[in-house]
Amino acid sequence: MRWLPASLVLVMIALHQDFWFWTDKTLVLGFVPVGLAYHLGYSVLASLTMWVLVRAAWPAQLEQHEPAAADNVEP
Amino acid sequence: MISAVIVFGYLAVVLYIGIFAFRKGKATREDFFLAGRSLGPYVFLLSLFGTNMTAFAILGSSGMAYQRGIGVYGMMASSSGLIIPLSMFLIGTRIWALGKRFGFMTQVQYLRDRFECSGIGTFVFVLTAAMLVPYIIIGVMGGGQALKAISGDQISYEVGGAVVAVVVMSYVFFGGMRGTAWVNTFQTVLFLTFGAAAFLLIARSLAGFDDAMAKLASDPHTAPLLSRERISKEEFFSYMFIPLSSIMFPHVAIMCLTAERIDHFKKTIIWYPICILLIWVPSVYLGVVGASQIQGLPPGQADSVVIRLLTMHTNELLAGALGAGIMACVMASDSQILALCTMFTEDIFAYYGGKKRFGDRAQVWTGRAFVVGVTVTAYFIALALKDKAGIFELAIRFAFSGFAALAPVMLAALFWKRSTKWGVLAASVFTAACVLGTWYLHDLSTGIAPRPGQPPVPVFPELGRLFLRTPGSVTIHGYLPVVPMVLGSALLMFLVSLVTPPPSRKTIERYFPAAGDGRSGVEG
Repeated sequence: MRWLPASLVLVMIALHQDFWFWTDKTLVLGFVPVGLAYHLGYSVLASLTMWVLVRAAWPAQLEQHEPAAADNVEP
Repeated sequence: MISAVIVFGYLAVVLYIGIFAFRKGKATREDFFLAGRSLGPYVFLLSLFGTNMTAFAILGSSGMAYQRGIGVYGMMASSSGLIIPLSMFLIGTRIWALGKRFGFMTQVQYLRDRFECSGIGTFVFVLTAAMLVPYIIIGVMGGGQALKAISGDQISYEVGGAVVAVVVMSYVFFGGMRGTAWVNTFQTVLFLTFGAAAFLLIARSLAGFDDAMAKLASDPHTAPLLSRERISKEEFFSYMFIPLSSIMFPHVAIMCLTAERIDHFKKTIIWYPICILLIWVPSVYLGVVGASQIQGLPPGQADSVVIRLLTMHTNELLAGALGAGIMACVMASDSQILALCTMFTEDIFAYYGGKKRFGDRAQVWTGRAFVVGVTVTAYFIALALKDKAGIFELAIRFAFSGFAALAPVMLAALFWKRSTKWGVLAASVFTAACVLGTWYLHDLSTGIAPRPGQPPVPVFPELGRLFLRTPGSVTIHGYLPVVPMVLGSALLMFLVSLVTPPPSRKTIERYFPAAGDGRSGVEG
């Protein structure tokens, strides 16, 4: 199943090169340039992609290096 | 005067945080250099993010947006919002696990052991330390300039620089990593609050941004700021490679070792793009709004556009709070000082016998002495080269490309058991040569650099468009040097490793105990 998060990352890299809005000066809601609105949405999508990565491809084998007791924990 | 009082209040708070961290700490090297590997999820997220944020995040990004438009966000911020958490996911978690398992405190310790070679580690130490030093000097210079400006020239550059240097030195000296992480957390909260407050106050004063945007759109000189017309596709693509540098910066890699649990990475990885959004969107947007309010700022002054907007639209009290925000920006050199000190004490002092001879406690005090030494040296360099800040700013830009080009080395070390020390050496020497070569080309072509908005100029006309000089940099076929640097480093790492003897079986089994798949260096 590792191909799924890997593919998602590749799609995100491709989506970053948004040639389609390169010269578009449309204002979304009258004050946000569409190119900025797109990348604002892209950042939210990046966060969701990271959530999928953490859920689907978390390196669980590394967790065995967790400390035994949870003392000395800070906020 | 009110501004200066608020800024001094801010400096007192960060000093107190450092001293409070000192009282909470223990006199061991793990506690001083890594906060006892015990940071909780929120401090870890905010301090790691704060470590990555510099004055450029607010002041530089708005200045660049003022000149080049909204594309600056996509080019520099949203690419970081994908690549930095991805590198945390792939590399940061592995570095953390190696630290827990083998007790590593620096990247060099890992590379020395992984590739069974002391010289490789020393070479990487020299290379990374050289690329880190300009940050520390710029931090002192920025502090002196900011305090001078905030106090209305009542505090001189020399005194301002000394005040900032002493404050940073004190909380790093006393608080070590814990103090630095807490101060970074406080600064990040200040960044976020400052960005939101500036955005809302200016919006209220302008009664919304609709008119400002309409004004920009109606003028053919400013309309391109609403799109990406002033950024080439090659440059936009190139910036996707720059955030690879983040995880290779020693202060970021060392910060990865401070998490108490691996689970703490989850919040950082997921929320990092949102933190970037919250800081960068207001900065870039206000930079563009500034173009509708203040015309004709030259490149050197464009970075002050948000400060000018706030001065126009807020009162003195808020300007003072703004001053504290600016100080938080320019005081980002704390983690670099601590990282350099950790590297020196671990990779040089302890490695060459100091720890064995003098013990753990002496190592902490050596680290503290090094903090004082580095800060005092940086201060005197900042005084001596007061008018040469441009050199260090340039060095920082090249350092980003240099650290990005070292990312394939770390990826190969962690995921490819066949990678060799000769591959690391080839990639590292190539990186160093490229950084020097880029600097040479930049210097050589300074006289022919076009003005902003003008087309690039060939550096060597007989080579056609191979090396082009743009207003700010030299490009290779239109791409920033970071692209061939990362690809070349990866290729050398691969090819040279293939034709040289692999590490011993013992080392491979130590780092790839699942022997066979070779996917992760810490699976045992």
